[in-house]
Order: sequence, then C-alpha cells, then structure tokens
Amino acid sequence: MKGVRVLVGTKKGAFVLTSDAKRLKWDVSGPFFAGWEIYHMKGSPADPNRIYASQSSGWFGQIVQRSDDGGKTWFQPGFKPGEPTTNDQGMPVTESNKFAYDVSDTDGKPLTTHQWYDGTQHPWEFKRVWHMEPSLTDPNTVYAGVEDAALFKSTDGGSSWKELSGLRGHKTGAQWAPGAGGMAVHTIILDQKNPQRIYIAISSAGAFRTDDGGKSWKPINKGLSSLYIPDPHAEVGHCVHHIANHPSRPEVLFMQKHWDVMRSDDAGDSWYEISGNLPSDFGFVVDVHAHEPNTVYVIPIKSDSEHFPPDGKLRVYRSRSGGNEWEALTKGLPQKDCYVNILRDAMAVDTMDPCGIYFGTTGGQVYGSADGGDNWNPIVQNLPSVCSVEVQVIP
Amino acid sequence: MIRVVLPYHLRNLAMIGSEMQLEVSGDATIASVLDSIEQYYPMLTGTIRDHTTKKRRPFLRFYACGEDLSLAEPGTRLPDKVINGEEPFLVIGAVAGG
Repeated sequence: MKGVRVLVGTKKGAFVLTSDAKRLKWDVSGPFFAGWEIYHMKGSPADPNRIYASQSSGWFGQIVQRSDDGGKTWFQPGFKPGEPTTNDQGMPVTESNKFAYDVSDTDGKPLTTHQWYDGTQHPWEFKRVWHMEPSLTDPNTVYAGVEDAALFKSTDGGSSWKELSGLRGHKTGAQWAPGAGGMAVHTIILDQKNPQRIYIAISSAGAFRTDDGGKSWKPINKGLSSLYIPDPHAEVGHCVHHIANHPSRPEVLFMQKHWDVMRSDDAGDSWYEISGNLPSDFGFVVDVHAHEPNTVYVIPIKSDSEHFPPDGKLRVYRSRSGGNEWEALTKGLPQKDCYVNILRDAMAVDTMDPCGIYFGTTGGQVYGSADGGDNWNPIVQNLPSVCSVEVQVIP
Repeated sequence: MIRVVLPYHLRNLAMIGSEMQLEVSGDATIASVLDSIEQYYPMLTGTIRDHTTKKRRPFLRFYACGEDLSLAEPGTRLPDKVINGEEPFLVIGAVAGG
C-alpha cells in the first residue's frame, strides 16, 4: 500500500512526516540535525529512499547530508559511520561540503564580481545551499543551487561538487545583485522531457534557461515588469521568487515574482501576467496540481513590507484555468489573527489521487490537504520556522 | 598529543565526546592543528576554516591558555602547555542570541 512522506526543513532541524495513502494520521520523526538550518531536503525521483538535505549554519558553514533509507538514518556522503574517512595517503575521501567556484583555465570562469547593495562590485562568496534538485533518472546525480548565485552538480551521490560555471559566467553576471535575503539560486527545474534543458531562478537576477545541459544560459525574463528596479523591463534584475511547471507540458511555467504572478507558454521566452483577482499578487510559493496541468496554487502575502497574509487570513488560492480566475481555499486554515509567512520552497504536491497539497509556515505549522485544496488540516503545529516542504509518494 | 575542544555541533558532526586528542606532526602551530583535525576528521573540513582561503570562519575564535589566538598568524606556535597536553586548544563559537 502506498504511503506519503513529507520532508520538512526548518530553521532548527529537519523533520520527516509519514502517513498512509489516506493522509489523515501522521507520524512525525525528528529533529534531525537539531540546531542547524535545513534550507531544503528532497528525495530522488529515481529512488525514493535516497534523500539529500542541505544543512547549514552561520557558524560552521555548509554540510550536505544524505539518507539511503528514506530518512531513517543520515550521513555526510563519503563518511558512513565505521568506514575509513581518509585514503591511504591520509587525505579526506570526500569533499561533500566543498562548494568552490570554478576558476580553472579550461572550463571555469574567472572569479568575477557581482553588484553589491551599494552598486559597487563585490566578489562571489559561497554562503550556503538553498535548494537541492536530484536528477529525474539517476539517484547519484544531484544539483545544488547556492548563495552567492551559482549552480553546482554532483554525480557521485553528493560526495563532491563541480560548478556549472556557465551560469555565473553569463555576460550579465556583473549586473546581478542580492536582495535583502541574499543572492541565491533557489529554484531548479529539470525539464521532464528534455534532459538538456534546465530552468533556474535567482533572487534577484531573474530566471535563466540552459538547453545544453548547463554549459550556456540565457536570461528568460521578457515580459516581466519590476517597478522596484531602475529599468522595469531589464534583461536581468527581477526578483523571481519561485517557478513551477507540470511534467506533462514542461514548457508551461508559472512564476510567483516579488510582485505579480506570471505565466509562460514558451519555456520562458515570454511571460504574461495571470494575477487576476488575487487579493495580493505578492507571495513566494507557486505550485501545480499533479494531475491537472492547468490547476495552479499560490498563497498571497500582503506586501514586500508586510510578509503575512492579507487581513490575517491564511488563504491558499487555486486557479483551475491556468491563472487569472482564482478561488480562495480556506476550510481548515486560520481565518483570523494569522500573521505567518510561507517561504518559496515551502509548498509541495503529491501524486496521489486525489492530489495532496502541503505547505509550511514561518510559525512552524505544516498544513496538508488530501483533496486538492478543498479541505486542510494541520499535520504538525509547533515546529521551528519552516524553510522548505517536499513530498514523496512511497511504494 | 594535543587536546582540542570543539563547539557542540562540531563534536556531533565528528561523533566525538567532550574533546579530541590529536597527533600533530612537526611544529604544533594553529595551522598544523587545524590540518590534523581535518585529516583525522575530514567531515569537519570547511567548518572551522574556509575550504579554499583557509581563513577562520568569522563566528569562531581560537583560544589557548587564556590567550586569544584568533587573529594570530596560522604559523604561530602553540603554548607549551597545549603541546604537552596540559591545556586544550579551544575552538569557540560566538554566543547565539544576545
């Protein structure tokens, strides 16, 4: 009998929530990596037992954790308990937490600079991994989106990492600038039909696409309008918060931007607004129903200055028409005095029928709906502030 | 044998108790102790000093025998009491909160 596993990254550790197919009763395990920030954790589509987690700390930097048993036990790739930690020469056997920007003469890009808050140029400095995206087909291949903005790839299960430096080396790189939350690759979408195509998004540089497996990249921001930058229609500089698509038509993209909910029907070559009747078109999350490619979910946030739901009412909005017409989903969600935020990686959908929707809040609640959003229940209510939510259907 | 005391989270990562004991080859300096930590506990590589620049992470400080060695040159020789194991080399994290 199938079950569901929800992976929750928080400001103070990771949690794994499991349920049977009914998704009514949940077991909560954790905290794993207690006291550390878990920006993101995600399972491999090719092997549900393989899960990657980004563990970081302002004190101690970045750690990559991996589970090969569905989240029961964890280890740093290459450092399984009891196994040798060094080779015959006494050197470390792995570089699982080494994210070094590629400055090699052959395939690397010079360690250039990007724009700092005050307009001056600033060197790239690795801070943390925001998002881990396992390959659709190989459990040992995984991508990491990092701050300062760059994309890394591991083909050995997270033991070592190599930058896909064509992204950071794009000719617009010197114009990229951090937002208040930093400058990070926070969204990675591996095209479900074209293995050479990857979409990424950077706050606050915008969206980019590669069609050659990561060697070269193009900005895909045409149609975005951002009134908070000097040129509202600039090639780069847009604060894209998140992008989602449906596997059956990967070229159709839905975007929650700093302001505006946007849609592209041509793989990001052009965008148009679908905010329609939303009470606010500011927000962070966006996701697509697992079985209905035109059904989209967002959670409106009041504004860029007030990161909580409008009117203190936590409402998920659903469009069944691919945008513009939105309905509020409120059953089971607090409709007064709610002032939490929902961060960009904190919503996920499962592939059960009916489709399950999940999201986590900065107040430590994780809500789930087992009927496409019509009814909601809190799965767990008092976790640390939630950074990310992912879901797996397990055999 | 040099004794090293690490912050709680790094002890957990290295799966050790209250302190670690290390053999350090050659002169016992700040750098050689850190080299030795990373050799015997490679999961700590990058957590005390940057992978590439080898700079001390900004929220960590080094102490020995009541002396703040955080800003000392990496080649600074450690006090005799640390070298002979009487006193530990301390890696201390900034206090969380305020």
